[in-house]
Amino acid sequence: MTKAGRSCGLVVAWLVLAMVLLGGAAAAQEPLIADASNSPNYRVEITTGFVGTDVVYFGAKEGPGDVIVVIRGPILDYSVRRKQRVAGIWINTDKVSFGDVPSFYAVASSRPLDELLPRSLRVQQGIGLDALDLPTVKSEREGDIDSFRSALLRLKEQSGQFAREVGKVKILGDRLFSTTVHFPANVPTGSYFVTVMLVRDKDIVSAQQVHLEVGKIGADAGIYEYAHIQSALYGLTAIAGALLAGWAAHLVFRMI
Amino acid sequence: MQVYLPIAELSLNAFLLLGIGAAVGFLSGMFGVGGGFLLTPILIFIGVPPAVAVATQANQVVGSSVSGVLAHWSKDNVDFKMGFVLLAGGFIGSTVGVVVFGVLRRIGQIDLVINLAYVILLTAVGALMLFESLRAIFRLRRRGAKPHKLHQHTWVHGLPLKMRFRRSRLYISALLPLGLGFIIGVLAAIMGVGGAFLLVPAMIYLLGMPTRIVVGTSLFQTIFVTANVTFLQAVQNQTVDVILAFVLLIGGVVGAQIGGRVGARLPAEQLRVLMAVLVLGLGIRLSYELVATPPELYSVVLRNGGE
Repeated sequence: MTKAGRSCGLVVAWLVLAMVLLGGAAAAQEPLIADASNSPNYRVEITTGFVGTDVVYFGAKEGPGDVIVVIRGPILDYSVRRKQRVAGIWINTDKVSFGDVPSFYAVASSRPLDELLPRSLRVQQGIGLDALDLPTVKSEREGDIDSFRSALLRLKEQSGQFAREVGKVKILGDRLFSTTVHFPANVPTGSYFVTVMLVRDKDIVSAQQVHLEVGKIGADAGIYEYAHIQSALYGLTAIAGALLAGWAAHLVFRMI
Repeated sequence: MQVYLPIAELSLNAFLLLGIGAAVGFLSGMFGVGGGFLLTPILIFIGVPPAVAVATQANQVVGSSVSGVLAHWSKDNVDFKMGFVLLAGGFIGSTVGVVVFGVLRRIGQIDLVINLAYVILLTAVGALMLFESLRAIFRLRRRGAKPHKLHQHTWVHGLPLKMRFRRSRLYISALLPLGLGFIIGVLAAIMGVGGAFLLVPAMIYLLGMPTRIVVGTSLFQTIFVTANVTFLQAVQNQTVDVILAFVLLIGGVVGAQIGGRVGARLPAEQLRVLMAVLVLGLGIRLSYELVATPPELYSVVLRNGGE
């Protein structure tokens, strides 16, 4: 999304928020209300030209406190392999598998996480990359697990699927807040868990979930599903397409 | 212009892909090979997962071989009987290859095997071709055109199950093309190549087929072997990306036609030296990567069930 597009999205977000706030006194009783700029369908859609997108999370809080937003992709298991030199060439030798790994992870906060919450609570709630548990599923190698775990974190950061920096939650007039989360081109698909938390006196006093679904749409979604569900037909179609294209090329070039 | 590849699950520039397809197509048209052995390493280099690169490449070769065979067929340069025998071996070989591919992928050694296969074959074939073609040029210069010998008699002519191949003017054991087809089929599945760079020299030097018939016949069997690989990869590994294959094919067929016309104007012996240098260079480059310390020792993959 361009800068102009982002600020435009933000303006829309604030307008929506203003309407929510004007909507009723009932809302004022809630300690925390949050919404996303991609409402009402809460989808990030991957099309043929998809190069990544930004989603603005915003809302209002009642009283003092800080705001933390955590975005988790679908939980999956990952295997980390390590190469070693065997007889002069580099070969994958060791493997450690980790479970309960969010396929995407980003966190945004109005102040540094250490200042807001004790580490034990951050670990318990999985707030911050350094507080993710990442338990091993099955290991072919005891000890030295930590170097595999840090490799997993490092490689997920490099791929852009783990946000390296803690994002900034802006607070306006001690009441309204907003943050922009970037989803890269290689964002994993599936149902996401977005949690907006109000933090006061080193504790989470209120939390709200915002729905998020990342999916392929249009021709790409069709191709992906076709390839996985109707594998045999997909293979035959791919062959038929290639045969036709080759034949067409022959006809075209014979004329030239 | 970015194009999202639904199976590879990444976005790449469409013009980059068209350009790669055209460049490889140009070389393949010029040298009369499928070009898969060049395309697969390039695709892996620009970020396509090796498993997707190999499977998609097979699909692309189906298309480029069809247009090649049709051109050769119209000149009556295809030995269909030989093609079918090669094919029988090729079908068994590629089926075995796809199963092996799946097993290697599960135990995490597929990248290594693909790399090793490339290094060994490119280096060996490149060196052999360079030696052969340089020697041929040398002889031509020294004595003018050498007297043509129909074929040499070696141990291979003692094998049973003899069969007559009229178009190739050969009377040899069917086990030879059958075994050759099998080996090419295994390689096609594991490396995603048509195997022409191996099959063409083998047909000339091992079977003793006339050079004129060789390219068309090898392309003919390539269509079926790569179609079989495409189908099996699609069913077993779901790694065929039709969007990627299609974009590469468009660039590839255009490049191949231009390359074919340029190649027809160059002297055949020099062309083979060029080809040999290219193959050998790629082999050396890949072997360097295998022994050099990689910048990242770790790699992350999704852990699939059953492991």
